[in-house]
Amino acid sequence: MSAIASTSVPSRPWTFYVLALFFGAYVLFLYGPMLCMYVLSFQGEQGALSFPMRGASLHWFHQLWEGRTADIAGAVARSIPLALIVMVITVVFSVAAGLGFRRRVRGSNAIFHAVIVSLTAPGYILGIGIGLMFSLFGWQTSWYTSALGSHLSWTLPFGVLITFAVFGRFDTAFEEAARDLGASSAQTLRLVVLPILAPGIIAIALFGFTLSYDEFARTLQTTGPNNTVPIEIWSMTQNVTSPTIYALGTVTTAISFFFIGAAILAVVLIQRRRRAPRAS
Amino acid sequence: MLARYKPYLQLAPLTLALLLFVAAPLCFVVTVSFFRTDGFDTIPAFTFDNYAAILSSGLTVSLYLNMIRYALMTWAASLVLGFFVAYFLVFHVRNRTVAIGLFLLCTVPFWTSNVIRMISWMPVLAEQGVINGALLKLGLIDAPLRILLFSDFSVVLAYVHLFTIFMIVPIFNSMSRIDRNLFEAARDAGAGRFKTLLLVVLPLTQSGIVMGSIFVVTLVMGDFYVVKVMSGGGSASVVSAMYDNVSTLLFAPAAASAVILLLILTVLIALLTRFVDVRHELVQRG
Repeated sequence: MSAIASTSVPSRPWTFYVLALFFGAYVLFLYGPMLCMYVLSFQGEQGALSFPMRGASLHWFHQLWEGRTADIAGAVARSIPLALIVMVITVVFSVAAGLGFRRRVRGSNAIFHAVIVSLTAPGYILGIGIGLMFSLFGWQTSWYTSALGSHLSWTLPFGVLITFAVFGRFDTAFEEAARDLGASSAQTLRLVVLPILAPGIIAIALFGFTLSYDEFARTLQTTGPNNTVPIEIWSMTQNVTSPTIYALGTVTTAISFFFIGAAILAVVLIQRRRRAPRAS
Repeated sequence: MLARYKPYLQLAPLTLALLLFVAAPLCFVVTVSFFRTDGFDTIPAFTFDNYAAILSSGLTVSLYLNMIRYALMTWAASLVLGFFVAYFLVFHVRNRTVAIGLFLLCTVPFWTSNVIRMISWMPVLAEQGVINGALLKLGLIDAPLRILLFSDFSVVLAYVHLFTIFMIVPIFNSMSRIDRNLFEAARDAGAGRFKTLLLVVLPLTQSGIVMGSIFVVTLVMGDFYVVKVMSGGGSASVVSAMYDNVSTLLFAPAAASAVILLLILTVLIALLTRFVDVRHELVQRG
């Protein structure tokens, strides 16, 4: 049996084992500290900021939810709707722009450069700029206006870059075939283009949601009187010295993981359905 | 008639958003950088005082040097990590589904909170932390290492932890496009494993490396919170000094400092993008 295996599959070079070890070490480096934090958030009431674990309980989650250290429930109730709004706007604007970018229109290079500026400009500076703009116009900053805009300046570039990658692989023959068969341009978009782009659109939605939900540098000067979750986390790093902050880390990461999992599952299901033979 | 304007209509929402939330705010930063600061008030004026104060101060130079030092260290570490992680995934993992799965494993933390990921190093690096505990138990050290947390080491470690993914993705993309026949050709021409890596893989991943470098360097140079928290207040960068200014309502000096930093970043990106056409790089078939 092993003889057959060794003849059909060429043996792995020694570099495979070295690099596999290297990769394993990187994954440990990536996840190790986060796992430590999750474990420590479930400590007993005597818990401190480092190991060893002092008992096990949900004490610090209760502390967190009672809101003695910060208004976490309120922050979550703002951050999630904000992330959903940013997600929808990012998907619609990026896909529309992706369709537009396919034609060589005047100014498209300038728009592309603006996208790159939006991506590489330090977030805190953009936040200051939006804050200054609002105060000079006499507008009140709030999470659903100025912070929403600052989040778009971070999520739209990713959305546009993903549409570039997705449209680069898109075969325009499908569109032409739909038009030849008598589909209107709205029908072509709804029945042909969008379904083909579906996995890419889910990727944009995932970036839109998670990048907004965790956005910090751009939000600091734009959130107004009510904080989002990352701002609450930031104020806790300045004055909280109990495992409550780890509990908040565990909660907010769990929320992120839920949306990441949903997005990955959706893409896997779409791919599986495409590969499955048609019933009829 | 309509078809001619359609692309413009499709690009309009994006353009408006960028004008309103990127271009206009940056114009306001430039404008305010010429304003006068009087106590806690920012007064419309046209003065170069803010720039003069920044450019004539020795503190500024040290902030920039510190920022560049962090950027270089993070760049070097993330380049080595990113290159070999991508190399392993593209050339050593044979099953495509496994490769995508492992790639996602590297990407998932990027979709979670940066601030939280940074904080999660505290229980690992602290004096009673995991690393010191392990080293003490193994008898390798007699007293806990203090250099692990609240030092340059912890700052750069956190940067590498947060930003290496920005190196992995573009390099992974470039490597995925390399024609496997080239390896055979290189072997036939007598190149060993190392020579192939140096003469075939490295030049063909150049554009990915450049794009990753732009991301990592601009992210480090734009950071303020990692420096503030992970150095324990012992170190500062250009943007963290800006943050301190804004905390005391000194908007005009912060804006001037922002303009100088933006100019430096623009020159840097312009130089780096001479080696790579970003747009072409993205649209190319994978």
